[in-house]
Amino acid sequence: MKKTALALAAAAALLASPSFGADKVKIGFVTTVTTPAGVIGRDMVDAVNLAMQDIGGKMGGLEVELIIEDDGFKPETGKQKTDKLVKQDDVHFVAGFIWSHVLLASRKSALDGGKFLISSNAGPSQIAGKLCHENFFSTSWQNDQTPMAMGEVLNQRGVKSLYVMAPNYAAGKNMVSGVERTFKGEILGKDMTKWGKDAQLDFSAELAKAKASGADGIFVFYPGKAGGAFIKQYQQAGLQGEIALYTVFTVDSIALPNLQKAGMSGVLGSLNTQFWGPDLDTPQNRKFVSGFKEAYGRYPSFYAAQSYDTIFLIKSAVEAVGGNMDDMDGMRAAMMKADFPSVRGPFRYGNNHFPIQNFYLRQVVEDADGVWTTTVVDTVLKDHQDVYAAECKM
Amino acid sequence: MDAGLVAAQLLNGLQLGVLLFLLASGLTLIFGIMDFVNLAHGSLYMVGAYFCATLTDATGSFLLAVALALPATALVGAAVELLVVRRLYRRDHLDHVLATFGLILCFDTLVQILWGPEGMAIRLPAWADGQQHLPGGLVFPTYRLLIIGAGLAVAAGLYVLVTKTRLGMRIRAGASNPAMAGALGIDIGLLFTLVFALGAVMAGLAGMMIAPITEASIGMGNEIIITAFVVVIVGGIGSIRGAFVAALLIGLIDTMGRSFLDMGLKLLMSAQAAETSAPALSAMLIYILMASVLAFRPQGLFPPKTR
Repeated sequence: MKKTALALAAAAALLASPSFGADKVKIGFVTTVTTPAGVIGRDMVDAVNLAMQDIGGKMGGLEVELIIEDDGFKPETGKQKTDKLVKQDDVHFVAGFIWSHVLLASRKSALDGGKFLISSNAGPSQIAGKLCHENFFSTSWQNDQTPMAMGEVLNQRGVKSLYVMAPNYAAGKNMVSGVERTFKGEILGKDMTKWGKDAQLDFSAELAKAKASGADGIFVFYPGKAGGAFIKQYQQAGLQGEIALYTVFTVDSIALPNLQKAGMSGVLGSLNTQFWGPDLDTPQNRKFVSGFKEAYGRYPSFYAAQSYDTIFLIKSAVEAVGGNMDDMDGMRAAMMKADFPSVRGPFRYGNNHFPIQNFYLRQVVEDADGVWTTTVVDTVLKDHQDVYAAECKM
Repeated sequence: MDAGLVAAQLLNGLQLGVLLFLLASGLTLIFGIMDFVNLAHGSLYMVGAYFCATLTDATGSFLLAVALALPATALVGAAVELLVVRRLYRRDHLDHVLATFGLILCFDTLVQILWGPEGMAIRLPAWADGQQHLPGGLVFPTYRLLIIGAGLAVAAGLYVLVTKTRLGMRIRAGASNPAMAGALGIDIGLLFTLVFALGAVMAGLAGMMIAPITEASIGMGNEIIITAFVVVIVGGIGSIRGAFVAALLIGLIDTMGRSFLDMGLKLLMSAQAAETSAPALSAMLIYILMASVLAFRPQGLFPPKTR
């Protein structure tokens, strides 16, 4: 019995030890595959697979191994999966992360394990500021930036008073503080609703309050399926025409197909801000959007765009060091240059490794095929850096 | 605080309460009559919503879809009873919880395989999608009024079924003393299957009614089933009347908490603190109610007389 145990332990040790002179680039990708939020994870995984296909499954002559993990929309599961990727799979890059609270719970495991951590979506203020780290990179944005752009839009449009709704978690708080930072009018009311696996999806009470507040506009942040639910109830309550809708990360190509199916035409013409849009005219974006539509028969979301960029960012790092995966310094220096074809066009990284980039105003429209999508109508912020970068000692 | 807003929130609370009653009535019947803890009740709510969404797509009519989805959900409920639940009556409650938790995972995965992760929207007919102007200048979504009406009608129907019909008499007999009811020639096995299917239909109906508002999505039942259990406990296990009163009470408390708690807290503390503590506190209100009921009246507000 003891012998068998020893033999097993030895075998396990053999399997676990990293192979000499890595012959593979290993990327762990943490996202939400189960729960209703799995629809976001699917978009991200589809984009990563498309990117892998577009680069022929190779980076700098090395094979790429991709390990997808499901965080189940829970910070503790995300951390466990990150631990597994770091300790058991010994990946070179831990990427993905939709949710700010999941990323915050997982960051230490990846960074203390000496791995690169790349956020393909979440951009909590903490990681942009005091908790910034040399091995962390973002291919998305810092949470506050997109609502800050929306605040500017509201000022430009002469919106005097606002009602604010967002889920009660790390990103929701950042979104609200972002819009409060730039919006010059008065905020007449605010609701932070329950979020997570058992998130609140019925907003009847909040919408009645918003209506009674008499605000000019309503600003909301409801990512994933909550967005669709919110828009439906907004229209069912007869609020369009009474209180104009301004959103961030809510009306996207994940919510729009279901809204179109449900006939929620109230969303057409509504405005949102974003660093990207499916019709943004860059070479890489044209390739990405047409490739995605061809492969999956639908518009990619911004989650997909950022995930696509993630693979190309990693590729630029691996190629810069000629496939020598032990050269962390070389890979870090390469990534800091942001020298890869991004779907958003050229950008540079700030000291905290968040992109310094443009933010656009987008409007919901019907495309030539009758499919609802968003189109870029204006540039709101040019080469914008997040406000927390100043708190980052790097 | 204006009266219109309070009235609107009362209606919102009533609508949530009615929905909770549909779920809790099945739960309390199954718990009271079969002494069976059914965590998977929420899965039937989800199944109802998905059936209805699919049938709305296929037939183009929401009402027809509901009419077809109800018997379909009843069949799923009966199948679950015959294949799984029936084997568990003699086991203790922990086994019930484990087995039905397993059922939840099976249902969630099955839905993901069959329908995909993106959820399904239901298009309401134009007449149900607008708003109604009520007396006092109140404007309220038509569909939410329909939910209230349908829920109250079902509650009345259930009352008649249980108190005035032969089947209801048997259900009550089964609830008071299954062994004696069996000895008197009532087919307890069949009765249990019927009750389970009835519970499934009501849960399914609740799912069908909420789906046009929030979409049918995986795990949608797991969110609301906890609240339904709170309703059952507050109302008294096995009591439909208790479930009705408790459901309306909890619907109102939850809605009023979400609506007015932050205003109240702002009188006591800074706006910043009120904004962050109000959502947490309003989510706790119904559990505070449950805890107080358990402390002062552990049998619930309206326990069935015969237990």
